[in-house]
Amino acid sequence: MKTPNLFVAGLLATTMMTAPALAANHPVTGEALADDQTFTYRVLDEHSSVDPQVVEDVTGSEIVRDLFEGLFNQDADGNLVPGVALSYEVNDAKDVFTFKLRDDAKWSNGDPVTAGDFVYGWQRLIDPELASPYSWFGELMSIENAAAILAGEKPVTDLGAVAIDDHTLEVKLTSSLPYFPLMTTHASTFPAPKSVIEAHGDDWTKPENIVSNGAYVLTEHLPNERSVRERNAMYWDNDNTIIEKVVALVINDENVALTRYLAGELDRTEVPAGQFPKLKTEHPDEAVSFPRLCSYYYTINLTDTTPEALKDQRVRQALSLAVDRDIIVDKVLAGGQTAAYTFTPEATAGFNIPAIDVASMTQAERDAKAKELMAEAGYTDGLDLELIYNTSESHKKVAVAISQMWKTKLGVNVELANQEWKVFLETRGNQDYQVARAGWCGDYNEASTFLDLMQTGSGYNDAKYSNAKVDELLGQAKTAADPQPLYTMVEEIIADEMPIIPIYHYAGVFMLDTDLGNWPVNNVEQNWYSKDLYKKAE
Amino acid sequence: MLNYVIRRLAVAIPTLLILIITCFILMKIAPGGPFTSERPLPPQVLANIEAKYGLDKPQWLQLVDYVKNIVLHFDFGPSFKFKDRDVNDIIAQGLPISLTYGFLSFVVAAVCGIALGVTAAIRHNTWIDYFAVSLGIAAQALPNFIMGPILILTFTLYLGWLPGGGWNGGQWPYLIMPVIALSTSFIGSISRLTRSSMLEVMNSNFIRTAKAKGLSTSTILWRHAMKPTMLPVISYLGPVFVYVLTGSVFVDLYFSTGGLGQSYVGSALNRDYSVLLGVTILYGSLTVIVNLLTDLAYAWFDPKIRF
Repeated sequence: MKTPNLFVAGLLATTMMTAPALAANHPVTGEALADDQTFTYRVLDEHSSVDPQVVEDVTGSEIVRDLFEGLFNQDADGNLVPGVALSYEVNDAKDVFTFKLRDDAKWSNGDPVTAGDFVYGWQRLIDPELASPYSWFGELMSIENAAAILAGEKPVTDLGAVAIDDHTLEVKLTSSLPYFPLMTTHASTFPAPKSVIEAHGDDWTKPENIVSNGAYVLTEHLPNERSVRERNAMYWDNDNTIIEKVVALVINDENVALTRYLAGELDRTEVPAGQFPKLKTEHPDEAVSFPRLCSYYYTINLTDTTPEALKDQRVRQALSLAVDRDIIVDKVLAGGQTAAYTFTPEATAGFNIPAIDVASMTQAERDAKAKELMAEAGYTDGLDLELIYNTSESHKKVAVAISQMWKTKLGVNVELANQEWKVFLETRGNQDYQVARAGWCGDYNEASTFLDLMQTGSGYNDAKYSNAKVDELLGQAKTAADPQPLYTMVEEIIADEMPIIPIYHYAGVFMLDTDLGNWPVNNVEQNWYSKDLYKKAE
Repeated sequence: MLNYVIRRLAVAIPTLLILIITCFILMKIAPGGPFTSERPLPPQVLANIEAKYGLDKPQWLQLVDYVKNIVLHFDFGPSFKFKDRDVNDIIAQGLPISLTYGFLSFVVAAVCGIALGVTAAIRHNTWIDYFAVSLGIAAQALPNFIMGPILILTFTLYLGWLPGGGWNGGQWPYLIMPVIALSTSFIGSISRLTRSSMLEVMNSNFIRTAKAKGLSTSTILWRHAMKPTMLPVISYLGPVFVYVLTGSVFVDLYFSTGGLGQSYVGSALNRDYSVLLGVTILYGSLTVIVNLLTDLAYAWFDPKIRF
């Protein structure tokens, strides 16, 4: 009878000795890691595609950044860190970049990732036959011949991106672009597996066909319900990847998402508008808010169809002065957003907020100045304006608050009109408005991604603002060694002429499970990579 | 009978064609297109995309091509939004989900509603009747968009018994809340309709004759009263059937089932023309077929009706 007891005791002892050893610790922070390394998060909508050259939405780009890896990645602070590229060299004119690629990068089918895969991906991006909605990004990157290929005037093989050998990629640009490497973190510049795409056509992105070179592979996709990606054993840095599985759940309703988060089904979700203060009190460790590279503003129609009053610079200044941004960010939104007096957010890399008078005045001083300007312009008896915004509770709240400010301070009667998204875009794009809500998020972390909108020819310049000096300064900034003083001058001109009224800079407002480690709150573009995250043991 | 069915199906073709044309025109009148976005595409890029999808052709030709592809190849075209899926894929993926919980909701609504109504009618003016009537009214006052939040808060957040959404291949824990949310208000209306119809039938002459003959209550109920009671209920169940199968947009959005309703709403907002048209045609065809089946069911329930 003694033998089995001994055996059981021995088994128990062994189990007890090995059990603690099973729970791993984080290699850097030393925190105990959870056994289940699954990261589950909410997405608002089904992604449009996981094809790097075709994807156009944020949701899809987040997935693509996990599945594929480009030349460079971003770290938790948004700095450039090597991806497939180890380093790059640039000529003095800053128009030829040579990237050195690592030789241990592999596709999930075991094939090596070569410079040719990047060339193929970039050719695909601007190929008129693929007709990618993001093909303009290839043109924005100023790659040689991109514009002509896009117009169908040259074959894709003429693109100024060439594989010198399997691990050297040379890119020729039409003009000097010092921040070119920053653009290579964008999903549309990721490599593409030629053989797989040729074998499966449009179906190549389905889980059963897809081959990718990132830290994860797509293993399941149930449209409008969920998509699942799991660790890619072929990834060159797989040993340092901790999260095993990432699940994106499509939940259209933000309140349902919050309920499911609180029920423990999700590790991350967005905080519904207006609920941040309450959640911060109830869950102080989980409700987080951090600055984003986005601006919320009202654009003013400056074409001939606009009312006379809006053509008067003093009226535009008065409208801007009368907006009490502190009330908007603290009382109306209350989610950690910051008041905006410039178009470019303060969070932008290298950008210093210029000393604009308006920003340092008290609201009482601003209101007094606004009234003065309105009187000077001859609008003492008030004014009728129309303000349009796309249908949304939070846009409505902001619009109502601002229209009240204009009414009480300046006697401006504002007619509010909300429009369905596509109708709104059409109306605003055709300058069929007086004042319209607008928002812009940077494509890359540099002030030009905002200020370029103020250029005369910009397709996104809905105000149709045109100032030769601004165009000239922005042109110079492209090649300047230090463009920051030029950006400051542009902001000062905008603050004076007011083609747009900056209102606030966005904040990322999330519920983040305390078990989730290393969420990049300092990355203002919110380019996050699941491979950098981990789940702590509870 | 067969002639009638053929005639009805023949009428369905022009009906659907009118539906397609109306929908096509309305869609094209709506401002914005599938490629209108916050960042307007440069003209060259837009031209390339429009050429790829044939949107550069004249409108009438687009319509003709569209109908031709459906008739000849049963191809409803590509999705403009979801680049790796076409309309056939989207319907094939979403329809089974909507059908599953829609059909279950219909069965639950019909069975519970009729049972509740019949019980109330038989026990007219007793506490059972009052209870059934109040339950019916309460249920009718709870449309799915009220039931959804109540269910999720109760069963997911407070009790933690059921997952708050998703489909997972249609496992039962994922089915319960969508089915309850969708069927509740119909249980209410079906039970009230059944009750009043049954009361009327029970007071009619032929039932009195049956009673006078000394037939048992169950024979009177099941053999004589049930069929005429069901006539108005059937005419109500037909549209309910189509509505429940297809009109579960809220449930799809709220419980993230991945059903067709989500694609339908999404396609309207995205101006994803082909998906919108494809799903509309599907809903239209289902309505035509179910209406025909309802009419045929009348003949079975009421011997006076002959086709």
